[in-house]
Amino acid sequence: MEFIFQPWPWYVAGPLIATILFILTYFGKNFGMSSNLRTMCTIGGAGKFSNFFNFDWKSQKWNLIVMLGAMIGGFLASHYLTDHSVVMDLNEKTISSLEARGFKNPGADYVPNEIFGWDAVMSLKGLIILVMAGFLVGFGARYAGGCTSGHAISGLSNLQIPSLIAVIGFFIGGLLMTHVLFPLIFP
Amino acid sequence: MKSFKFLIVGVVFGIIMYKAQLVSWFRIYEMFRFESFHMYGVIGSAVGLGIVFIQLVKRTKMKSIDGNAIEIAPKDKGIYRYLFGGIIFGLGWALAGTCPGPMYVLLGTGLFQILIVIASAMLGTFVYGLLMKKLPH
Repeated sequence: MEFIFQPWPWYVAGPLIATILFILTYFGKNFGMSSNLRTMCTIGGAGKFSNFFNFDWKSQKWNLIVMLGAMIGGFLASHYLTDHSVVMDLNEKTISSLEARGFKNPGADYVPNEIFGWDAVMSLKGLIILVMAGFLVGFGARYAGGCTSGHAISGLSNLQIPSLIAVIGFFIGGLLMTHVLFPLIFP
Repeated sequence: MKSFKFLIVGVVFGIIMYKAQLVSWFRIYEMFRFESFHMYGVIGSAVGLGIVFIQLVKRTKMKSIDGNAIEIAPKDKGIYRYLFGGIIFGLGWALAGTCPGPMYVLLGTGLFQILIVIASAMLGTFVYGLLMKKLPH
């Protein structure tokens, strides 16, 4: 049982995620988490402003339940299934590049204090970063018609060329942010 | 009971995402710097096995749990929406270090600050709904 409390390696996580895809397919559903953002917009009354949100959101109730489950899973895993004394085994180069930008103890927690800590969140710069990042994720996912789960996992598994284009786009954007923009935001 | 099975799938998904550190900002940053195989191993093995599963479903004409034919709709054709939308998503993914599944997992861990990202992602989705007719697809 000890291995449960350690970080899980890729060759355990990858096949398990494929199994999630298979089970949802067997349940007659499409694995795609970003659809929930649209559903929540619809529930919030966004249909008054755009027909894009006029759909029967109850058909997506199952997905909201998966989302709720993911939250519970995060709670259980972080509170009961993790040895928090184990530090993330990040690459030394990753750590030093972050330290050079003023990030303290990279990998001590799941997210950097410099972006998600309350001090950062309450500062104007920090707030703009989180709002911008979230906005880009939400806008981009819907524009591309899916996110990491909908395109990179479901779409590629179904050999969809559009998903391959989307994943290439994810990487162009991600590389641009990490190598060009991030160094400007955190000099 | 019909809903309960989806709750279980979600719980297991959340546990996997947390335990394999796939919801960690640092792992995303490391991935985009090509300094770890971890994320590539996860996505690669998930897709590799996923292809086998989907082919199995299609070739055996598998029925879903409620006895209906399983239909996996192909994605609409196009280039611009996938490329431009993908790039915009990627910019946000690398900065927030989280995407639309992991953000809920992180919320569950007690990282309430992520609600700002979730609310902003909803706003982004809403603005897409307003502008979609004006965007190249």
